[in-house]
Amino acid sequence: MTLQRPHETPPPGHVPLRQRLPLDWLGLVPFLAFVTLFLLAPTMYIVIGAFRSAGGGFTLDNIIGLNTASIRSAYWVSIKISLASASLGCLVGFLMAAAMTLGGLPKAVRGPLLTFSGVASNFAGVPLAFAFLATLGPIGLVTVFLKSNLGIDLRLLGFNILSFWGLTITYLFFQIPLMILIITPALDGLKREWREAAEILGATGPQYWRMVAFPILFPAILGTMALLFANAFGAVATAIALTGSSLNIVPILLFAQIRGDVLGDPHLGYALAFGMIVVTGIANTIYIVLRARSERWQK
Amino acid sequence: MKRFWAWAAIAFGMLYFILPLVGMTEFSLRMRRGVYSFDAYAKVLADPRFQETFSYSVMMAVFTIIFGVLLVVPTAYWVRLKLPRARPYVEFVTLLPLVIPAIVVVFGYIRLYNTSSWLPLTGSTLGTNILLMLGYATLSLPYMYRAVDTGLRTIDVTTLTEAAQSLGAGWATILGRLILPNVLVAVLSGAFVTLAIVMGEFTMAALLNRPAFGPYMQLLGANRAYEPAALAVIAFGITWACMGLIQLVARLAPKPATPVKD
Repeated sequence: MTLQRPHETPPPGHVPLRQRLPLDWLGLVPFLAFVTLFLLAPTMYIVIGAFRSAGGGFTLDNIIGLNTASIRSAYWVSIKISLASASLGCLVGFLMAAAMTLGGLPKAVRGPLLTFSGVASNFAGVPLAFAFLATLGPIGLVTVFLKSNLGIDLRLLGFNILSFWGLTITYLFFQIPLMILIITPALDGLKREWREAAEILGATGPQYWRMVAFPILFPAILGTMALLFANAFGAVATAIALTGSSLNIVPILLFAQIRGDVLGDPHLGYALAFGMIVVTGIANTIYIVLRARSERWQK
Repeated sequence: MKRFWAWAAIAFGMLYFILPLVGMTEFSLRMRRGVYSFDAYAKVLADPRFQETFSYSVMMAVFTIIFGVLLVVPTAYWVRLKLPRARPYVEFVTLLPLVIPAIVVVFGYIRLYNTSSWLPLTGSTLGTNILLMLGYATLSLPYMYRAVDTGLRTIDVTTLTEAAQSLGAGWATILGRLILPNVLVAVLSGAFVTLAIVMGEFTMAALLNRPAFGPYMQLLGANRAYEPAALAVIAFGITWACMGLIQLVARLAPKPATPVKD
């Protein structure tokens, strides 16, 4: 195991009897047992199930079986919603964080905004869906206000809370605060000297942003976007509470499949879940790699 | 000029955040025709199902927190003390619940621990409750571990341990009377995040068929108009209280250890 210190690694076949066996790893046994039994093994079971036929042999049929019009569209809609809410969340969150850190606002703005972000990024799931239904639903506050006071009928404009944009706008409620929380340290890490050095060399404000600040922040921004993408992709409760089963996206489809085998093939369920792990896995790998790169500047 | 745009960005963002909160609050007060009233809240609070599911979720949160503390504090301590080389690996594993969607984990539970398996946890109510508690513990693992690990960073684990050992303390004494009190602030902030997670969790409880607060809210949302808005206000209040308590605890601490959450 990698836990051994190098000088304690005995050459194979020749163990000096006097040397104490390294027993420090025993302290990790409860943790490893818990993680193995209740995180890794269940996940592996699903992953293996995705490649197993009803008879128990290896097969790719389940993965190929995902290639139906309805499942393809479920993945596509899920990816589109996740992309839209991640990129909009990044944009708005970045602007708000930049305004807070660099915009010359009074210090009193910062604390409450960060606290609020902590709350809002945790305010997801069922209640969040209720809040948006009460606001943008058919008889919600904003819908009614726009209709009776300004004569704007959201429904005639094609807006429906139980739709792609409805879900995206709802997801933004936890995406934007998450972006603010993660990007603020990176913005704080922009050193004043860099700006001054750029200005001495004759750079204008936009030039400084385009050629100095943005390249430094870019890995952090892109990495956070990947994290937000995974965050939206795995969101089940908000979607179910908001749309019931009217919107065909992957988490809702998988939920229905686990409940009642709507696809008529248990192994297709494993493949569906495996697809989710692959998508969130890729997004998180991008996040981890880019975060490591962006932290270079924060030392 | 710059300041104007900064204010504009903040104002635009806050408008987006405040409108749904105002919307749900206003909606929750509209149950009686024509006037604002607390009827929806009275209805919800008097509902026996609300009381049952709410207290069930609080109980589950308490057990999850106890389990999480018993698991995470010794592990994080041991890794810092004896296995610093394993720290990146352990940390990576604790972050996995953010990568693997909860719905996939619980899907695995249902298949792995069903009545015909070697560990038939879903066969009995108690077993399912334990399984759900363990599921919640995985969900809160990233936050709990990071909070405790950050707390441990502020104290000199090795020196404290050696001092305690030379005074004759055993491992249980060291952990319970030395390490735990020293990282109490961090543990509490992890505990409040766990509470917030468990109170709002829907997927695991619904798929394991347990009467928790999240599935109850969803069910009510599918069948009623005004009560869900009242529930949303209550749930937001709980989240806000949890986060507020974290800030309060961190401020009251002699040596402030800020909760890390990202």
